[in-house]
Amino acid sequence: MATLASKTQGLAETPSFHLEEDHHPEGSTMLGFWIYLMSDCLIFAVLFATYAVLGRNYAAGPSPKDLFELPLVALNTSMLLLSSITYGFAMLEMQRDRQAATLGWLAVTGLFGLGFVGIELYEFAHLIHEGATPQRSGFLSAFFTLVGTHGLHVSLGIIWLVVLMIQVRQRGLIAENQRRLMCLSMFWHFLDVIWIGVFTFVYLMGVLQ
Amino acid sequence: MSASANSHTSGAHGAGHGHDHGHAGGGSHATFRGYMTGFVLSVILTAIPFWLVMADVLGDNRTTSLVIMAFAVVQIIVHMIYFLHMDTKSEGGWTFLALIFTLTLVVITLIASLWVMYHLNANMMPMSGHDMQHHMPAAPSR
Repeated sequence: MATLASKTQGLAETPSFHLEEDHHPEGSTMLGFWIYLMSDCLIFAVLFATYAVLGRNYAAGPSPKDLFELPLVALNTSMLLLSSITYGFAMLEMQRDRQAATLGWLAVTGLFGLGFVGIELYEFAHLIHEGATPQRSGFLSAFFTLVGTHGLHVSLGIIWLVVLMIQVRQRGLIAENQRRLMCLSMFWHFLDVIWIGVFTFVYLMGVLQ
Repeated sequence: MSASANSHTSGAHGAGHGHDHGHAGGGSHATFRGYMTGFVLSVILTAIPFWLVMADVLGDNRTTSLVIMAFAVVQIIVHMIYFLHMDTKSEGGWTFLALIFTLTLVVITLIASLWVMYHLNANMMPMSGHDMQHHMPAAPSR
């Protein structure tokens, strides 16, 4: 690692966090978590590619234009965007070491997240009720897989959020909890980034076709 | 690229400002102003594509598609900067390097999948007459 660090010194001066593990035990956590997010990004890239290939194979079934309700998608998008900013407020309160305010904003974030998942489940139930099930056509298989995977990520993010709220309540805003909250922050904002791709590529462009 | 800024960062780092560094989320400092800037920009960059599609402002589907894709790219960059606090310096540039690498893979995955799958007939090996007869009826499936 040390030779690698010295080699790249010309490009961007590498800080010595590799060598000062004891001084900075949490230094590499964020980088590691970022690399996990990048691998998650590749999962979504594959699902997006699948959707791009299969997205127009309707098998004489319903097309995006018949199925998608943009006002509902707009509401869903605003839910996720609002949850992003409230998570940001939670992080700001965490920086000021105000535990109650942090927990409050985290709770608001969780509620927006639940709103998002709830609306998505309502949409899925509505589609399935209309006969637009995942097994109906290639388009619907790819749609449910892509959007469902994103929804699953948000759902697990909410569970993670609740677990962290309990931990913060029990142990306070200690360094370990701050690190965990920062990881969840990256995860949460990352999911919002993926959603930008979903609502643009799947919903808006689907309705355009 | 910006050697002075880098040396400043690592200098502060070395001086034991580990606490500050920890708060920064591996990058620049999170501020109320930063989050609000990102939020307002995101709202605008979300509202315009929805408006373009729902009100059919441009009239032409192809143009609208290109415009909303451009908005999506800009919004993703806004999120990266203001919400994920991405920059070229955090973690000594390794997060940025990982991002560039991932983006390369994503672009290859998306473009190559589309290219291969939408040009299957042209890209296939030439088939013999027997195979042709065997396969042709199944080919125009769409």
